[in-house]
Parts: sequence; C-alpha cells; structure tokens
Amino acid sequence: MVVMSIQVEPRKRTAMSDALSILASRTRREWRRNKYVYLMLSPVILFYLVFHYAPMYGVIIAFKDFSPGWGIWKSPWVGFEWFVEFFNSHYFWRLIRNTLLINVYDVIFGFPVPIIFALLLNELSSQKFKRWVQTVTYLPHFISVVVVVSMILDFLARDGLINDLLQLFGISSIPFMLNPAWFRTVYVGSGIWQGFGWGAIIYLAALSNIDPTLYEAAEIDGAGRWAKMRHVTIPGILPTVIIMLILRLGQIMSVGYEKIILMYNPMTYETSDVISTFVYRKGLLQMNYSYSTAIGLFNSIINFTLLILVNRLSRRTGTSLW
Amino acid sequence: MVARRLKRSVGERIFDNFNVLFMILLIVVTLYPFYYVTIASISDPTLIVQKRGIVLWPQGLSFESYRMVFENPMIRIGYMNTIFYVVVGTALNLVLTSFGAYGLSRRDLALRNPITLMIVFTMFFSGGLIPSYLLVRNLGLLNTRWAMILPGAISTWNLIIMRTAFLGIPESLAESAKIDGANDFTILFRIYLPLSLPVVAVMILFYAVGHWNAYFSALIYLRERALYPLQLVLREILIANSTESMMTSVVSDREPIGETIKYATIMVATLPILFVYPFLQKYFVKGVMIGAIKE
Repeated sequence: MVVMSIQVEPRKRTAMSDALSILASRTRREWRRNKYVYLMLSPVILFYLVFHYAPMYGVIIAFKDFSPGWGIWKSPWVGFEWFVEFFNSHYFWRLIRNTLLINVYDVIFGFPVPIIFALLLNELSSQKFKRWVQTVTYLPHFISVVVVVSMILDFLARDGLINDLLQLFGISSIPFMLNPAWFRTVYVGSGIWQGFGWGAIIYLAALSNIDPTLYEAAEIDGAGRWAKMRHVTIPGILPTVIIMLILRLGQIMSVGYEKIILMYNPMTYETSDVISTFVYRKGLLQMNYSYSTAIGLFNSIINFTLLILVNRLSRRTGTSLW
Repeated sequence: MVARRLKRSVGERIFDNFNVLFMILLIVVTLYPFYYVTIASISDPTLIVQKRGIVLWPQGLSFESYRMVFENPMIRIGYMNTIFYVVVGTALNLVLTSFGAYGLSRRDLALRNPITLMIVFTMFFSGGLIPSYLLVRNLGLLNTRWAMILPGAISTWNLIIMRTAFLGIPESLAESAKIDGANDFTILFRIYLPLSLPVVAVMILFYAVGHWNAYFSALIYLRERALYPLQLVLREILIANSTESMMTSVVSDREPIGETIKYATIMVATLPILFVYPFLQKYFVKGVMIGAIKE
C-alpha cells in the first residue's frame, strides 16, 4: 500500500519525507512479519531494563549523598568524595590485597587441577570407569554453598574430623576457621574440591575434538603414550587452556560474597575480607548506601576494564571471546 | 585394542595402575564428606561425638535427629517455600529464557543486533549490589515472594546457551511452518523446544538447582521468617550458631544431639538434589558445550 502511494505522487516528495516513508514502510513490514517475536521479546527487554539497567542508573548515588527519604534524584551531589574516602581509608589496601591474593592462589593452585584431571581421565582405558569418575566428581558442583560451608566448618572445627586426624599423627589441633593465616588455603582448597570435576568438562570436550588421525599418524611414527600426550594431546587442548586462562585472569579482581560471608568472622577479616564482602557489610548492614555503591562501582570498573584488556589479548591469539 | 594393550610397556602399566588408583582416591575424597554426613546423621549422637578420626560405619543407630529435624516448624516452612520458589521460579525462567533465545535466534529480525548488544552488555557491567537492593526496595518487592523470583528471572548465560542451540535448528523448518500458517509462538513451542530437549533439560537443571541453593537474595530481601527458603533456615541452624559457638566457647563446640541434627539437616536439604542428579547428568556435557560454541 505504501509503495503504491509513492508511485501516485512521486514529484511532491522531498528526499527527507521519502526517507521517512521508506522507513515507515519498512517498519510496518518488519512489524507484520515479526510482531509475535517482538511480543515475546518485550517482557525480556522489560526485565533487562528494570533489573539490569535501572541499577546502572542507580549507580549515580556513588556521586551523591544519598538518603532514602530524598530519593536518588533529589539527594545532593558530592562528586568523588566517597571514592576519595575509600582510597584513603585504611581498609583500602587490605581489601585490594585480599581480593587479589585469593584469585592469585586460585589461579596458581586451582586453575591447573581440572586440566590435569581431564588429561588423566583421558588416559583411562575403561570408558565405563571414566564415566563413573565423571559422574561422581561433578556432584559437589551442585551442592549449595550453605551446605558446603557448613561441612567445612564442621570438619575443620577444633574437634572436627581433620583435627582428629592431625592428633592421631601427633600434631596439635589447629583453629583453622579462627586463624587468618589459614583462610585463603581453606577457601581456595574447598573451591578446588567443589569445582575441579565440573571444571574439567570443557577440557574433556576439547580432548574429544582432537582429530583421531593425528594419534594414528603419531603411532605410525613410533610415538608412545607419553610422546602422543606431549605432541598431540597437549597442543590439541592448548587453545582452550589459553582461552580459559585469559577469561580467568579477567576476573582477577572479583571474588563473590556468597561463600565468604558464610565462612569468615571478625577474627579472620585480616585475610578474608574482600571488596564484595566489605560492600555488603557497609551497604546492607551499616546502610552507608552511597559509600558502598562507590566501592562497588570502583570494583565494577576495574573488572570491566580487565575484561576488555583480556579480550584484546585473546584476539591477538586468534580466538576472541565475542 | 587388545593388541595395543598387550604391547603396553612396563612403565605404561605402572602409570595406568597408578592412574586408576588416583582416580579411586579422587572418588573417595569427593564422596567421603557426603558419606560421613550420611552415616553420622543416623548414628547415636553420643557415640559419634566420642568417635575420633575416620568413621567408616554408623556408630549405633538412631533416627532421633531426623525426627527432631522434621518436627522443626522452620524446616517445614523452608521446604514448602523452597519448593514454591523452585517451581514458580524455574517456570518463569524457562518461559522468559526461551522467549529471549527465540527472538535472538531470528536472523531476519531487524532489531536483533541492538537487542543482543543490550542483553550481552549486562554480562560485563552491572549496577552492583546496593543499587539492585535499592531497586527491589523501591519496587516494593522487599519481603515478598517476588523478590526471590523476579530479579533473577533470566540468566544471561543460559539465554545465550539456548540461543546457540536454537541457531542450530534449520531455518527452513520455521519458514515452512510459517507458510502453513503457524505463528512464532507455535513455532517455538511445537518445533524449537521439542527439538532442543537436552538443552531444555539442562536449563531446568541449572535454574532449579540455582533456586534450590539460593540463600543470598533471601538473606537481603526477606525479613519475614514465613517466607524463608530452606537454605536460609539451614544457614541459621548450621552456620550462624556454629560461628557463634566457635567464637565464644573455648573447650568444645560439639554438643552431641546438636551435631547429629546438623548432619540430618544437611541430608534433608541435599537429598532431593542427589536424587535427580543421576537422571539429568548425561545432559550436562551437551548443555555446557553448546554454550561454549561461538556463533
């Protein structure tokens, strides 16, 4: 219909109204073709606007002296005051150090475990046994953090299972959960226990994608098991390893609060308090909304920047994340 | 295969045996905590507390702690609430996620790219904890069941997994259905979802386990105990008390019956997951891998 009206009076239209009417007709055609798709997408878009983009707008209270009575808009601006206060507070370096160190420990000790596990699993000759091991080791991934932490607290209690065992070997009992020196070990160690099986999935898939003819060729060349692993298997999963490592490094400044706020106590804050838990305490327990939003924003910006940098890096290796 | 096995050198055989042994060790390390909790929960409270070191069998037999767990009204309330959050939450998750995934998989959708960008951006940047909390408060959702369901109605990661699965379905199917007069809702529910059952199974598992295990949103959004999910009740029984007693008591933090009640509580809260887990397990790899494939 629109096309017809253009043909009837072509001379009278300016370029501008031509463009507009083409746009209008395209819009109408798109709507006719995809109206149900837009109908489906509308609650999805609404969800993202309300629960993701509205909080992004709410982040401006980091630059205001927010009080709930005034609301976000009417609260007075304070510029970067909260950021300055945070940078000058004596918690600043402790939080940065704890957040970073937990991640560094996890990259050094936690990152290689699923890879080694997948490689060893791949060497098993019985497929049935392999599936068994997989099924069992995926399981802890699905256990709630509350249950996992309560088992940690129980087994590591002063007269818990681990200390009982230590005493059998003549070692005096260790107050694991009260001693700041133990926190990172317990946190990262329990994380490895819970996640190594699940984390291996992606490497197992990479292993199964290696071209079997490569192994056959290697065998013809007289390669043994070790040589095949070194020259075929490991190069085959290396791209996946690099991608995962890059992704992991993008999160080097983020540690979630969910597990830590169940595990820590004031006696271990020296090593256990990280940026996200500090935000939780300052913001939701002490209701310093603006101050804690500023700290959270500072952390989000660092994480966002890291992700961008890390993707640059992975593009250079020929495997961009997006 | 047989020939190759015969050819294995001594070194290889030693490696293979050690490898199997190591895997068995890993299974033990993974399962023993659960096994310990299981046998401790049905043990006689006084006997299990006296027992030192590795426990292999139940010490005595007592179901007293289970009786006390089931008599605890908060456990019952928590259970019912969690079932509500899991069922309603997962249903909403599935509907919205498949709507979104279907939309983003339509190659002829004019606004596909901007909408995708808008959704994916939220994976990289978020307003953070406090603005999200204030939003939920301003919407009047504090202390309502909706606070447990709406803010996490879509997981972007799951949406992308599902979209990738949908992109693998030949577009000619949708086109011929359209010629036969089907609209997009029919195509989604009659063609796309049935063709992606493994992914749908994985979605159900991920979302349902997520709801079953969630405690943090309840911790910050719910004051009223009648709305508490099981995990928050667990936190009170298992962790809040234990941390408190750890800080105050000097000598012992294990009271016999309190201990076995803890174990029984863990069992009651974890058994449902242990039951459904083996049935859905075979879909994991597929679901996880689909998400890892880039378009």
